[in-house]
Amino acid sequence: MKKYFSLQSIVAQLLLLAIVIIWVFPTLGLLVSSFRVKEQLVSSGWWTAVSTQTRADMRRTGGAQSVQKVDDKFVISGRFFAAESGTRIGKFSLKSAKPDEFAVGTTAQVPDGQIFDEEDGKPDGTLTVNADSTYRLELTAAYEKPNGVRIFYVAESPPVFSTQNYEKVIASEGVGQAFVNTFKVTIPATLIPILIAAFAAYAFSWMQFPGRKWLFIVVVAMLVVPLQMSLIPLLRLYNELGAALGIASKSYPGIWLAHTAFGLPLAIYLLRNYIAALPRDIIESARMDGASHFQIFTSIVLPLSIPALASFAIFQFLWVWNDFLVALVFLGKGPEQVVLTIKLNDLLGSRGESWEILTASAFVSIAVPVLVFFSLQRFFVRGLLSGSVKGG
Amino acid sequence: MIEQVFQAIAAVVVSVAFCLLYFAGTNWVLDKFTQRPKGDPTAKRPRADAIEAGVRPWLFLAPALLLLGVFLLYPLLETFRLSFYNATGETFVGWRNYSWVFGDQNFLITIRNNFLWLLVVPAVATVLGLVVAVLADRVWWGNFAKTMVFMPMAISFVGASVIWKFVYDYRGPQSEQIGILNAIVTGMGFEPQAWVTVPFWNNFFLMVILIWIQTGFAMVILSAALRGVPTETIEAAHLDGASELQIFFEIMVPQVMSTILVVWTTITITVLKVFDIVMAMTGGQWDTSVLGNLMYDWMFRGGGDYGRSSTLAMVLMVAVIPVMVFNIRRFQAEEAQR
Repeated sequence: MKKYFSLQSIVAQLLLLAIVIIWVFPTLGLLVSSFRVKEQLVSSGWWTAVSTQTRADMRRTGGAQSVQKVDDKFVISGRFFAAESGTRIGKFSLKSAKPDEFAVGTTAQVPDGQIFDEEDGKPDGTLTVNADSTYRLELTAAYEKPNGVRIFYVAESPPVFSTQNYEKVIASEGVGQAFVNTFKVTIPATLIPILIAAFAAYAFSWMQFPGRKWLFIVVVAMLVVPLQMSLIPLLRLYNELGAALGIASKSYPGIWLAHTAFGLPLAIYLLRNYIAALPRDIIESARMDGASHFQIFTSIVLPLSIPALASFAIFQFLWVWNDFLVALVFLGKGPEQVVLTIKLNDLLGSRGESWEILTASAFVSIAVPVLVFFSLQRFFVRGLLSGSVKGG
Repeated sequence: MIEQVFQAIAAVVVSVAFCLLYFAGTNWVLDKFTQRPKGDPTAKRPRADAIEAGVRPWLFLAPALLLLGVFLLYPLLETFRLSFYNATGETFVGWRNYSWVFGDQNFLITIRNNFLWLLVVPAVATVLGLVVAVLADRVWWGNFAKTMVFMPMAISFVGASVIWKFVYDYRGPQSEQIGILNAIVTGMGFEPQAWVTVPFWNNFFLMVILIWIQTGFAMVILSAALRGVPTETIEAAHLDGASELQIFFEIMVPQVMSTILVVWTTITITVLKVFDIVMAMTGGQWDTSVLGNLMYDWMFRGGGDYGRSSTLAMVLMVAVIPVMVFNIRRFQAEEAQR
């Protein structure tokens, strides 16, 4: 019986809670931010997302080019915030020191000399600001400066959440296409190595051939060879092959093969550990009955190995989906070939300050692996425990 | 969009079918050749049997060996060869690339950074993983805690970089901070910082990302190992009046020491190859470059310098050799027990 309420237990709980919070907050921030509208995302921290913000700020009206002459008045009108931002102005003023001078909806006198330098003893005009941030500035003389008049206000922005960031990145930033491309890379690059490695693992486990032990030691050694070792020769090889055969050097079959090969050492190693541990009796009695190795493999070994195949499949799926370097070298950056990680890195460079785009794109790219991870966590853990030291 | 989805599905089906066809086809051909006469399954056909036994393993192995050869073994030797050649890979230059590497200012900063990463990341991730594994076993919401710490394992390095870049986001001291780190710092009355641009210390802010990802890995492996520590030993220690900390350091840690070593080396390999995080966070600027980045830079810089780039890859390779030897030894020891 464990004690949950001793002092030690409380210290343990607090320590663990602190770690979990540090671990979860970064991702939570990304998720919350991706649903916030741009105006709010760039002006307040995501942890304040659900509270209504009251704050004093300043905006300019339209400048000289937006002046309209109505009767003998010169009118500048418009609105400060887009309607969907939900921001509501409470008080407004023309003086920075006192932004809460007038209540919204009222018409304030613009003091003499406030806008026009010449002092004629009469107000320069009137200003009306409404709660929905529409304003109307009526002046007695033509306004000629390009910059508008500064209006100070106190505004409340209620939390606004929408999926507009997602609609934007999927449709116009090319993230939707990159999502499809990523599947196109990932699924064959997951299935092909499983098939190839399962046959090889069976041969290593249950067939006799010269050099069996040494070949397997080579596989074990390959587990930790850095991917970087393969890049230059393969890049040259692909370029030469592409030129010789007149085909593009960057192609889907090219990256499938690369991912397959880089996944093979781990796949063979994991599957061989599993297949070699199957009961000898089953395989030997099937041999006695005259079954060929191919028949034993397809009808007995493959069905029995489903758990190990699933473990590796999850590894490889996550690895290929999350891969950046292999895609960078073996795939192009055109919309036909770009995958999510590359797209995301490009956006970091080109739209580094547009957090509404980055957060939504990042979440699109991590949603699938995180879903796979949560639904198949058991297999993933089992795969890790069967001694994975992933190279590549 | 619909058309692209169909294209993608077609590509998937064709590629997998091609693969299946190879195995089914070649084995079918072999069966045809070595088939026993109908009605007499026990008939002795020594030559056909010998062919069957000699050929079939290689049919099973051929695609795997071919791919390993072309994509891993050949490049290994070729990179080694290229490291002794000039930028275009045509002229033999002896050790010149190696002597260049060790005199290059960028390389020295890079190798210092790699050492920092190697010192910090495996140690912190393993220790934190162990701490979480131990703590999670003593609270009722332990499984939830483990899942949360484990989750970053599913996130790509680039995705994690975006997540943490948002944490480190910097606005001028007048603006409201939207990055949580600067919000905390300004909340405590300090000046906000552009964290990833401060030389030397920025390396640690990048390491945090990898630690964040790898701690879950360490935790899962160590958690399983801790379950193997016999409860009787721990109970006995309790009865003898040992404190929780004593039990942790004197019973649990020694019992899982070999697992700690495996976790440590595995994370070390990951750290050696780190590339994505630095590329996405800084592109190697502000003295944050690591070997993976420097190597990639030279691969394409000025039209690509294959010699120097290969030399940098060889430095990485030399660094993983001890782990490779360790793995092979471990494998042979396990085989001997079978």
